[in-house]
Order: sequence, then C-alpha cells, then structure tokens
Amino acid sequence: MPAAISRGRVSASAVAAVFAAGAALFLAVESQRGMLALLLAAGALVVAIRRLKGLRPFLQAASEHEETGALAGVAFTLLLCVLFRDDHFTVFLIGRVLLATLACLGLHLQFGSAGVANFAGAAFFGVGGYTAAILSAHSPIPHIVAVALGGAVSSLIGSLLLLPLLRTRGHYAALITIAFGLLFRTFAEVNDSLGGPQGLKLQGFQLFGWQFNEELAIGPFHGSFYINYVIAAVALLAIAFALVRGLDRSWLGLALDAVRLDETAAAAFGLEIARWKIVAFTLGNFLIGTAGALSAFMVGFIAPNNFTFAESLTFVSIVLLGGIGNAWGVALAAFIVVVLPEKLQILQEYRFLLFAALVIVVLRYRPQGLVPRPLRRYFRGLA
Amino acid sequence: MSIGLLAQYVINGMMLGMMYALVAVGFTLFFGVLDVIKFSHGDLVTGGAFAGLAIYSFLEHIDGGGTWWITLVVAIAAASSMAVLGAVIGRFLVLPLRSAPSLNTLLITLMAGTVVRESIRLFYPGGSQPHRFPGLLGARAFQIGSLTLRLDNIVLLATGGLLIVGMHLIITRTRLGLAIRAVAQDEETARTSGINFERMVLLTFALGSVLAGIAGVMNGLYYNEINFGMGLLLGVIGFSSAIIGGLGNMYGAILGGFLFAALQTIGAVALPFASAYKDVFAFAAVIVFMAWRPTGLIGERVSERV
Repeated sequence: MPAAISRGRVSASAVAAVFAAGAALFLAVESQRGMLALLLAAGALVVAIRRLKGLRPFLQAASEHEETGALAGVAFTLLLCVLFRDDHFTVFLIGRVLLATLACLGLHLQFGSAGVANFAGAAFFGVGGYTAAILSAHSPIPHIVAVALGGAVSSLIGSLLLLPLLRTRGHYAALITIAFGLLFRTFAEVNDSLGGPQGLKLQGFQLFGWQFNEELAIGPFHGSFYINYVIAAVALLAIAFALVRGLDRSWLGLALDAVRLDETAAAAFGLEIARWKIVAFTLGNFLIGTAGALSAFMVGFIAPNNFTFAESLTFVSIVLLGGIGNAWGVALAAFIVVVLPEKLQILQEYRFLLFAALVIVVLRYRPQGLVPRPLRRYFRGLA
Repeated sequence: MSIGLLAQYVINGMMLGMMYALVAVGFTLFFGVLDVIKFSHGDLVTGGAFAGLAIYSFLEHIDGGGTWWITLVVAIAAASSMAVLGAVIGRFLVLPLRSAPSLNTLLITLMAGTVVRESIRLFYPGGSQPHRFPGLLGARAFQIGSLTLRLDNIVLLATGGLLIVGMHLIITRTRLGLAIRAVAQDEETARTSGINFERMVLLTFALGSVLAGIAGVMNGLYYNEINFGMGLLLGVIGFSSAIIGGLGNMYGAILGGFLFAALQTIGAVALPFASAYKDVFAFAAVIVFMAWRPTGLIGERVSERV
C-alpha cells in the first residue's frame, strides 16, 4: 500500500511540524500576557483535537511512522536553532529541553519499563556532571570520552545501590534512592575536591578541534555558540531515543513490562527479575549520567544546588506528566517543565511547588499522564 | 574523655533518638492501618516547627514571651495544626488512591511533602533562610560534678517519653485504640463490627501527625534553629527507624529510633574529624541497612516486600 504509507509519513511529519510550530511560538513570545494567551490557545487546541473524530485516522497513521516523525523532529529542532540563532538564551533553553529529555528517557526505562523507582535522578545527573568536570580539568581525555565516562560512572555508582534495590520493592526501594540522592548532594557540598558549595567550572567542549564555546560559523551562517551544544544534544538524544524505542518495542521491552506489571507472574514465565531490573537501572543511569555530563559542559559550571531532591522530583514529574512509559510524552513534558518557568517569570520561584501540585492533580484525576502509554501493537496496521 | 563529656553525648543521643522515635511511630501507625507510607510525614515535622514559631511570634507581642504557658500553646498549636494537615492529606490524597498502584500513593505523598516544604520556603516570611527558634524553656542548668545537666533537655526528654507512653496507652487501653488495632488487623472484619473505617484511618493519621508536630517543636527547642528542609532528613531517618524495628510494630519503631541515634552519636564520637560528613554517614547507613536487613531487626508479621 504505497499510498497509505506515504500518507502516514506525511501525517507524522505534519504532527512534528505542529509541535515544532508550537514550540517556536512558546520560545518566541516575550510578554507574560502573550504567554498566558498562548497557554490558553494550546489548551483549546488539545481539546479540539480530542473532539475532532475526523483526525483520528490521520493521527493513527502518524503513530505508525514514528521514524519519520523522529527525523522530522530532528530537522525541526535544527530549524528552531536557525530561527533563534542570535538568541543565546533561547538556544540554551532548547539545549536544556533536549538534555532533560535525554535524562528522563533514562528514568523512563527505570520507572516506565521495569518499574524500578528512582528518586535520585538529579544525583545521577550530577554524578555525570562532576565526572565530566573532573576529567576535563585534570586529564587529557577527549571531552566526548569524558561525556561517555560520565554515563559510565553514573551506572557504576548506581550499581552500588543494586543490592539493596533488588532486595526491596515499592516504598522501600524509593527510600534507598531518596537516601542516595540526599547523600550525594550533602557529599558534594562538604567535599573540597568537588569544589564544595561553590562547585566546579568547566572549559568549553571540544570535539576534534571543533570549539563548542566559539560562535558557530558555517560559511555565511553565524549563530550562538549554544547551537553547537544543541547539535551534540540532538545527536545523543537521537541515539538514545532510537535505543529506547527499539527496546520498548522489542522482546526486551516486553520482558521489562512483564517485570513491572507482575513480578510473580514474570518469574513464573521464566524471566529473571533481578537481571531485568539491573539492565533497566544501569542503562537508565547511563543515559542520565551522559545527559548530566553534556549539560555540565553546556552550562559551564556545576554546583550541588543544582542536584537537590526537588530537582530529582522535577525529573520524576516529567516522566509522570508525560505518561509513565511513553517516550514521546516524556519529550513533550520535558519541554513544558523546562520552558514554562523560564518564560513565565512569575512561575520561576514557584516552580517546584507548581509542578508538585500539578503532579498531585494528574495523579488524582488523570493517572495515566498527559500522553498515555499506547497499547503495545505487535503488527503494523492492526489497530 | 571525661565522664561529663560522655554524659553529654549520651544526652545528645537520647534527644536525637527521641525525635527519631516520635517520627518513626507515626510511620509505623500509618503502615499499620493502611499499609501505606506517607512520605510527606517528615515535612509535617518542619510544618510543626514553623507553626509553633508563627504562634510564638504572634504571642510574643501580647505577653513578651518567656512564660511557661506560651510553650504549652506553641506545642498545642503545632500538634493540632499538623493533626489537621495530616488528616487532610490522608483524606484527599491517600484514601482516594487506595485502589491505584502503590507507586501512585508513593508519588502523591512525596509531592504533598514537596508542597508543604515549598509552601514554607515561599510563603513563610523569610522562609528560605534558617530561622532562630526561641529558647522557651530557659537556659537553667544543674552542675553535677563535671556534668552540666540542662533543664530544657530534661523537660524535652520527659515530654517525648510521656507522649510515647501516652500513645501506647491510647493504642492499647482505649476503645479508640481497640478500633485502630482492629482496622490494622483486618479491614473487613472491622467494618462488619461497625467500625467506621475511614474515620479510624484519618484519626490515626491525625495522631501520628501530632507526634510529628511535637517532634518539630522539640527539634526547634533543642537546636534553636529550624529551616524548611529539615523534615527531609528526619523523614528519611524516621522511616528507616520504623523499618529497623519492623514496620507496623510500635515498640520496634521506638527501638529503631534510638538505635539509629546511638549509631550516629557513636559515629560522631569515634570520628570527630569527619563531623561534616555526619549526614552522609546517616544516609549511607540507611542504604547499607536496607541491603543487609530489608525486613528490619525484629521482623514483621507479614512481609510483602521481598
């Protein structure tokens, strides 16, 4: 059915375009009043789309062409960078959204796939960041390797928690990760070699002589140096997204789902619970640590105050608002959670309160999240 | 080390243990009746301390401060406001999610705690800074040999002890306690015996939160300083203490609280150079303990988590 396939591709690109246009509007609006109007318009649009039954087959077709949507997403993200090329702050925000999405994909593996609660997201993010800061300051290791090592060290430190995590469940496992998150932050604050409360500075990221902290210039095109970081973040995110979605769809994802939904039943079907939890937790921490490492390079400095328990809960809010287990929802929620407080300045101070309250409302009235996890579809074209 | 210094450490440890025990008893009560963990419990300790401070600042203008009845009013205000808050969280956030996955209860109470914590930080005047808590019990002290015994410490320890004994008596000797125990043992049988299940659950939440509120005031009186984040540490340690003693077991929770405090105090005595790391050690101890004995030292009647 070549016609149907091409219709799906077009639909997927169109959906990506709508989101990109929305993102562009949110990033472009400066005034507080314009922002509020935009929020209302977005809300109305969502309601309208849910009401319009005629759109259903269109969205259905789009959801069958994720790869096209993802490619379009990459293209539109880069287009956004071109659009806002002189605006450091906006490009920086785009970078933060991408890295938050990357970190939350890690949490998505832990929470959404295997059901391993991790309330130390910010701590693992910080482990990656501190690793990158120390390696880039004290060793000649190439920065790209430092970023990868940030992820690896994050996994390694996470593996220290594996024994207690595997022996416990639910609230008890949550207690362990909460304790670790608080431990890490206190440790970074009192340890002098980690810079204490002032934290550490990082030099700009370098990749084969490509200086990320210099203004981007390709022929006649000039843009903010943050575009370099956005390109790197897009590349990392694309790899991670392909990995996570591939995992979600494969038999591995099926095994993880089984472990989350019913450990006893999964064990009865011959799945080794411990192994799957280890896979999800370690891989998740790797993604979080990688995001933290690149983020540290992009921001240029790290301090314990960026890795508080409240930040960990913000990561959890992103995963939860996106709909636990839905990688696309995570990306959308990351955009909302990162951009909204930056653009609506009145919210900045109140953001932890706001998102905590928002999560409470979502849990009470829409526990499946903003974009619920779709049912697993085993064959393309079967609705 | 002189006897006096040693005794001082013992008293410090006991104060710490008393606060942990008060928080841990709350956790264990909630777990008993509803099999839930309220992660917002630690923040009610902060809430109690700030409620007490607010009432004090108000009364200070009338009375000038310093009389014993102000202390009483501060304690009662902290306890009753936290009782209401605890019951409200239970009524609107915990009970409606009974049939939802337990992860949702966990998340919603964590977020409720965040709301309490952030509200204090944002809406209490100067809430983001540490606040001085008035020394309401005076600074009188007795000298026994090389040991200085402060009157306020003795009063605090005695109050904590009385509260725990009182809670024990309520649970074991009153009709209310009987109903709470019935609900904890078997919800359906309790319901068929004419016990109002929801009311009992909410009353238990209120009772546990009273202890948290008082623990907050004690914390303020003992350290003379409170801040919006202090409940997080107390919540984590209180929960761990309750686990050490076997969740659902009130005596175990008390024992767990004092054990944890003893561990911390011994750590402080043995490694004085590492005092900056004392919280790091406390959290590490929580993690190591969970790896070693996830069902606690005493063990639970029913364990569903391993």
